[in-house]
Amino acid sequence: MNANVSKQGVWNWLDERLGLHVVSDLLAHKRVPVHRHTVWYYLGGMTLFCFLIQVGTGILLLLYYRPTAEAAFESVEFIMTEVPFGWLVRSIHSWAANLMIFFAFVHLFSVFLLRAYRRPRELTWISGALLLFLSLAFGFSGYLLPWNQLAYFATKVGTDILGEIPLVGDWLLQIARGGDNVTGATLTRFFGVHVAVLPMLATFFLIVHLVLVQKHGMSVPISQKRKDCPQMPFVPSFALRDLVGWTLALGLLVTLASVFPWELGVKADPLAPAPAGIRPEWFFMFMFQTLKYIPGKVFFIDGELLGILIFAVGGAAMVLVPFLDRKARHEQRNLLFTVIGWGVIVYIVAFTILGYLS
Amino acid sequence: MNIMQGFGSRVYFIALIGVMVVLWGRTVTAQTGNSCVDCHAGLTIERLRTPAASFTEDIHYQKEFSCQDCHGGDPSTGHDAERAHDRAKGFRGAPRPSEIPALCADCHSDVELMKRFNPKLRVDQMLEYRSSHHGKALAEGDEHVATCTSCHGIHGIRPIGDARSPVYRTNVSTTCGECHGKDAHMRPYEIPTDQEQQYRSSVHGVKLLDEGDLAAPTCNNCHGNHGATPPGLSSISQVCGECHANNRDFFNASPHKAAFAELGLADCIICHGHHDIQFSTDAMLGVSEDALCITCHAEGDNGYIAAATMASALDTLKLTLAEAHTKIQRAQRGGVKVAGGRFDLHDADAALIKARTAVHHFNVEKFRAIIDEGLASARIVIDQGDRALNDLRMRRVGLAFTIPLILLVAVLLTLKIRQIERSRIHR
Repeated sequence: MNANVSKQGVWNWLDERLGLHVVSDLLAHKRVPVHRHTVWYYLGGMTLFCFLIQVGTGILLLLYYRPTAEAAFESVEFIMTEVPFGWLVRSIHSWAANLMIFFAFVHLFSVFLLRAYRRPRELTWISGALLLFLSLAFGFSGYLLPWNQLAYFATKVGTDILGEIPLVGDWLLQIARGGDNVTGATLTRFFGVHVAVLPMLATFFLIVHLVLVQKHGMSVPISQKRKDCPQMPFVPSFALRDLVGWTLALGLLVTLASVFPWELGVKADPLAPAPAGIRPEWFFMFMFQTLKYIPGKVFFIDGELLGILIFAVGGAAMVLVPFLDRKARHEQRNLLFTVIGWGVIVYIVAFTILGYLS
Repeated sequence: MNIMQGFGSRVYFIALIGVMVVLWGRTVTAQTGNSCVDCHAGLTIERLRTPAASFTEDIHYQKEFSCQDCHGGDPSTGHDAERAHDRAKGFRGAPRPSEIPALCADCHSDVELMKRFNPKLRVDQMLEYRSSHHGKALAEGDEHVATCTSCHGIHGIRPIGDARSPVYRTNVSTTCGECHGKDAHMRPYEIPTDQEQQYRSSVHGVKLLDEGDLAAPTCNNCHGNHGATPPGLSSISQVCGECHANNRDFFNASPHKAAFAELGLADCIICHGHHDIQFSTDAMLGVSEDALCITCHAEGDNGYIAAATMASALDTLKLTLAEAHTKIQRAQRGGVKVAGGRFDLHDADAALIKARTAVHHFNVEKFRAIIDEGLASARIVIDQGDRALNDLRMRRVGLAFTIPLILLVAVLLTLKIRQIERSRIHR
């Protein structure tokens, strides 16, 4: 009784000063639609869970990681061999990074196919799409940080592509690398971007994204719209289900990190010949493979440049989908966008597999 | 109009002169500028035509030497063959084999001259050649022996670093074999002709010719080149020691050195062979059937006991190293990175290499000291491997406890959801 009184007292004291009842009222009244596609609602939370894991494990890695060409590899080796549970933290960080990007992709495509970007959720979609780009940037910048041979040459190839961009290519290449080649300067700036710039941007867009999701609630797909659509309370039903998913994801991460610890490889040697089979991380593989298929020259345009232009236009179109899909704006189904969505999924999966097989 | 016509005809005239100059220039550049080469290139007799064709590839031609520098004569006479071949102008034709070394030495022993073309090139080839078996035989009037052109070629001489040169490292054994592999050529000298064949199957031949390892020796590394001669009995370990320095030093300080000398045995080649030298194996040491030690040592003598002891010690080191490798590999396959394991393993592996070299001490105490060093390194790695494998076990055990716990939380959460939803329906 006394405990309840004191708990209420603390709540009242905080509420008076912070206005906590606004949040508690929102959560108490928030409802989640229940229909055959409800399962896709959990993917956003799963991506968020991986992001939180990344923040936690990233902070722990920061305690020991040293961002210089001379010490980066050795510091990661030290984390994996000498720091208690360092191997686990580093492996979870690597696996969770990959799972986060995977869930972000699945979340994006599920939202696309369910037309959840319909009015008034255009900005929710745009902030989500930008978060996916930021996740890819996290993956690209983080890949180089252990300073191993494979990451070194993959980064070299990856940043070379920047140099192909007309007019500003050379300038962008210099900015990205901090010089003509991938060196310690590149590592230091990738580190800065990975632990300061990207987290700041990601946190901002994440807050925008979550606030918008709370403001507009979950979108009901056009096919499932009816007046008597059942609902469940966000707290506790949906939140607890989310928690079950997060718990299972944690189990998966621990298992992956223990049974398949993330390899460190050998230290980068800029003077060594490029190792055979250099390839980017799996989430860039479809783009890498596409560039391989484009001829050196298409009419008068350089093949690689054409590929970059196509991906840039594709990325921009993805961000602007809510404004391109005119039918969705009027709550009408759009077969063309469904076909495009599945086409892109098949293309990404097929080219990723081809990339690993070739 | 007339002015224009006049102007036009002048332009045509100048253009015509220009075309003639260009065509004349082309005709001139099609010639070599060497009348000997130009004439000989057009001859029908192959013996006289071939030198002209191959000389343009010759290093001497590229350094602007010409035919008359070796053959004499006068190439400035245009196409007048008689004047060009005038003996009064020093024409001497093809030199005899006995004249060739002196002819080459005219320039190649001239320090000042050679400095102008290749300051790092040696100028003592003639001196060495005179000390060689070839040079001595030539001096005695035997014109069948090798002279400069036998190895370097005649009119298409290339630098020794050119892979097409007959004396480029990978071509030397074939070049030597041109004479030394021919039974008819070697019969008067009573020299066997299977050296090239033996060398090709030897560890050195395989390394150089099959694997392209240019550090591996070929004929001239042991026999010398210009001063080619078989190494004498007493100098064999010195010759082998040029590359295998430790083996030489250990052997020279070993009890075998004096014993071999007393018995008139050539050092290294008694155990290892010479042209057909094979990759040394650990089986060569000890008292087993394949061991070489029992060729001289009989059961019960000190050498026999030492050989058995050393072979046993080497086996112990190899087994301990194998255990270290296995443990590190098992840990790495399980995803456990072993701190410093790779470096310590390198130390231990290096100790095995040192021990194999230390066999040449033929001294149990000295050999055991090296073995003990290796065993100590290997045991450090085994300890690291044990710790890593223990770590791997702990990870698996930790996972076995964690996963049921996580699943239990998930199940409890699911039950809680059901309980909440059931109570909501009842309400």
